[in-house]
Amino acid sequence: MSTVEYIRLRFTDEKQLIEISQKYMLSLSLEEMKIIQKYFQALGRDPTDVELNTIAQTWSEHCYHKTFKGIIETPSSTIDGLLKTFIFKATEEVSKPWCLIVFKDNAGLVAFDEEWAIAVKVETHNHPTALDPYGGAGTGTGGVFRDVMGVGAKPILSTDVLFFGPLYYPYEGLPPGIMHPRRLMRGAVAGIRDYGNKMGIPTACGAIYFDENYVCNPLVYAGCVGIMPIKKYVKNPKPGDFIVLAGGKTGRDGLRGVTFASMELTPESEQISAVSVQIGNPIEEKKLLEAILRARDKHDQPLYSAITDCGGGGLSSAIGEMAKGLGAIVELANVPLKYSGLRPWEIWLSESQERMVLAVPKNNIEELLEIFIGENCEATIIGEFTSTGHLCVKYHGEIVCDLDLDFLFQGIPRVRRRALWKPPLEEEVDFPQPRDLMDILKRILKSPNVASKEWVIRQYDHEVQARIIIKPLVGIDQDGPSDACVIKPLKDSWRGIVVSCGSNPKYSINPYKMSLSAIDEAIRNNISVGGRRIALLDNFSWGNPEREETLGALVEAAKGCHDGAVGFDTPFISGKDSLYNEYRLPDGRYLSIPGTLLITAVGIIPDVRNAITMDFKEPGNPIYMLGLTKSELGGSHYHMVLGLKGGIIPSVDIKMAKLVMDRLVEAIDLGYVKACHDCSEGGLAVALAESSFSGGLGAEVQLSRVLVDKVNRDDKILFSESNSRFVVEVSKHSAQEFENLMKELPCSKIGFVKSNNDLVVHGLDGKTYEENIWELKKAWKSTFDW
Amino acid sequence: MSIPSVKVLVLRVEGTNCDIETVEAFQMVNTETRLVHLNELLKGELDLDDYHVFCIPGGFSYGDDLGAGKLLANQLKYRLRRKIEKFLSEGRAIIGICNGFQALVKAGLLPAFEKPFLRQEATLALNEKGLFVDRWIYMKHEEKCRCVLTRNLNSKVLYVPVNHAEGRFVASKDTIELLEEEGYVVFRYVDPYGRVAGYPWNPNGSMNNIAGICNTDGNVLGLMPHPEKYVYYNLHPSWTRFHSNPELDGLLFFKTIISNIVRSLM
Repeated sequence: MSTVEYIRLRFTDEKQLIEISQKYMLSLSLEEMKIIQKYFQALGRDPTDVELNTIAQTWSEHCYHKTFKGIIETPSSTIDGLLKTFIFKATEEVSKPWCLIVFKDNAGLVAFDEEWAIAVKVETHNHPTALDPYGGAGTGTGGVFRDVMGVGAKPILSTDVLFFGPLYYPYEGLPPGIMHPRRLMRGAVAGIRDYGNKMGIPTACGAIYFDENYVCNPLVYAGCVGIMPIKKYVKNPKPGDFIVLAGGKTGRDGLRGVTFASMELTPESEQISAVSVQIGNPIEEKKLLEAILRARDKHDQPLYSAITDCGGGGLSSAIGEMAKGLGAIVELANVPLKYSGLRPWEIWLSESQERMVLAVPKNNIEELLEIFIGENCEATIIGEFTSTGHLCVKYHGEIVCDLDLDFLFQGIPRVRRRALWKPPLEEEVDFPQPRDLMDILKRILKSPNVASKEWVIRQYDHEVQARIIIKPLVGIDQDGPSDACVIKPLKDSWRGIVVSCGSNPKYSINPYKMSLSAIDEAIRNNISVGGRRIALLDNFSWGNPEREETLGALVEAAKGCHDGAVGFDTPFISGKDSLYNEYRLPDGRYLSIPGTLLITAVGIIPDVRNAITMDFKEPGNPIYMLGLTKSELGGSHYHMVLGLKGGIIPSVDIKMAKLVMDRLVEAIDLGYVKACHDCSEGGLAVALAESSFSGGLGAEVQLSRVLVDKVNRDDKILFSESNSRFVVEVSKHSAQEFENLMKELPCSKIGFVKSNNDLVVHGLDGKTYEENIWELKKAWKSTFDW
Repeated sequence: MSIPSVKVLVLRVEGTNCDIETVEAFQMVNTETRLVHLNELLKGELDLDDYHVFCIPGGFSYGDDLGAGKLLANQLKYRLRRKIEKFLSEGRAIIGICNGFQALVKAGLLPAFEKPFLRQEATLALNEKGLFVDRWIYMKHEEKCRCVLTRNLNSKVLYVPVNHAEGRFVASKDTIELLEEEGYVVFRYVDPYGRVAGYPWNPNGSMNNIAGICNTDGNVLGLMPHPEKYVYYNLHPSWTRFHSNPELDGLLFFKTIISNIVRSLM
């Protein structure tokens, strides 16, 4: 049965090698092609299409993270891998015993308590979403759930952070092949909704950002938090163990998804790469989850010896990774197909959804298969692990792939890239203070990044599993914006998990500060509800790293990640990068996204009954502000609504920030704090407005009481987006204790919660700004009143 | 002397996703509750007759691919019919929550004006807003309804969440009239003051604000809202504002049902 193509590679010149890479959509460089050529020259034969595709997938940017692992030369130094030098290094320096599995498996694992572990993963699904928002975002969500299932954990929370172009972007301005941001948003939200809701996993944490630079490249970050008994984590396949493929059938959907992810988008992407977008079926994955949990828990030890998600790269990647240090033999004819007619390489590389691969000791196989039958979930033996060191794939008995695993995983040459970074010029912008600051406040509240996302949030089920203690919508009318989500994962324990996120692409002109700001924001959101012992996840979406300035910016951002993680004593436990988020116009010009870093923070709260929400609780309670307000309006929403460019990007005084945050957690545990809200987009003004209308209570504050560093204007105090600041309502009976606790830290009583419905702000020189809180809320809710 | 506990069977099929919390809610009111896959029931590995309550929890059974609960309804109708008829004739109880309610209505088990159950008299259609909705709602118990399971709730208003895309109760004018006149309506969406009101208090546009109904004998109950989602007070969406612990409306629902079953069956 000759369904395999041999590709003449051994006796070709450089030009032909490049042509082959392009013809078969391998995304391999000339240098890589030459190494492959040499490997097969030594073997004395040409590669099959199965082999060449396997290598291309394994060596793709998406699977191997060439740029993050490669050598980067800057004018002043040589960086021996971004991951090693900055991200892993931070985790090593912080060195926490509660980090169980970091950067090794499908998801990061940290201890929850002595018996249980938290599994977390965040992934991007940007390119598929650009082509098919519903399918792309949905399968992004399904994929990240499987990452968590792939360590044997049960998913208990779905998170999603989305980036789109402006809501009312002119249709005629859309480049060819690009969907309108509103269509993308509706589709992506629906995809995430249907996958999460149907799987029964609450979606209770996330954000949506809008910016001109995401018109051509929308970003979708899907995350998942899971829980599992620590002792049920196994990753120990042995020669002789069966390779079991479980879940959905295999089809042509999702072919070459990972190489597609490592290319820029073009007007033709939809024609060429539509097949790279997978087709999701959440119920198939739900069956898989039920079966896996039962296989895990039937006895003291799981019935499987290893388990992994079948995601990017399909079987080639899942089995290849598992067979490292062993060897494997696979019979593709045994793989259950959606329809006939697939060629061997298509079966081997398909990224059809809802599939997982398990290594199962022969003694357990009957019991395991029986569990899957009981769940109406297909599970098939497709091969076994060996000790040959080779990945051997057959199709109806004929060998179609025989690769040395050492070559496959270690043969890839390290890329060398050059990076260049010119520090940006940040200058204060000179402009007169507008008269009506409450009108400005309303305009900021209405701006899509700040405005209420209730329309989206209510489409996501955040009640299923009945474990979410602090929900995304809080306050007297249950529509206030929660800073973070608190989950109580175990029935018989009050201990909780706190999940929050931070991202500030508006600061991307200074990537170092952007990283610090994102880390600060994620952590302060977490602390606002009572989180501590925080672990971080980093997810980069970037442009083409082969451009020196783009890579230079990435280096800066990675440095910021390192310094932030070490400074806050918060290790990275997992991360991912998605590069080549660019769009090539027909005239050859490129449109790139701004470097976008998402930081996800996962903390612990010893007793969820002590968690805090952001809505003001009781008239007469004093309002404190923690942190220093500086003249940092670069990238601010204030500048945005005024149409101003420039300004100073907020920096982070990490040492001071950490002192303030640690003390705030103490105050929360002592019961002093009644409400706490972080100051972020829109600064103090937006924080006060949100806490007021969410609590249905007014507030009166004096700007002269706000601790500032060289700021002498009402507007700048109200709208500065300086980091590390909190608005805190303290019980009037604990005010003295709170002040004692905060002694020597930047903390000042700025006013009181009021029983009326007005937000009253007294300016520096006697001027007073006033607005009714329901008017503010109306503005905030008007944008997405769909 | 120890009282034998009420035995509850919670059914799961592909796509059931509120099973764990439903089991836990029943366990909190001292029942002996078991989670059972439909396959086990069909294979005869256990007997429905050993249970007092048969509960179908929320979720997206079979993906709701032919409409919410439709495929599960067919399973009930064609594969469990005899077992269910016998079960009901002995006065035992069936409870459907959300997807379970949708399945019971589509199987003709609710309202089941005539026996044996055959005809679908109503449906749960796509929400008026056309979207899935997650929202806490007030539902008022109809004091004069014929449901034997909710007796003693009087005209209490319960605060619990709804989480569904297809929850709009729809039936012909005649059916609605019959349901109203003969006391089939068990729960109705109301505003915080207990008055019948429109969106968002009626979250899906249900006719006559109907949130839950029962069958002729009053021993089959179905409702869209999720009482199992409010069994301890930190699950309330505004609990951080409370000064004292409020009544747990979800738990009260389960307590009431089980105490009524103890009274009638044991």
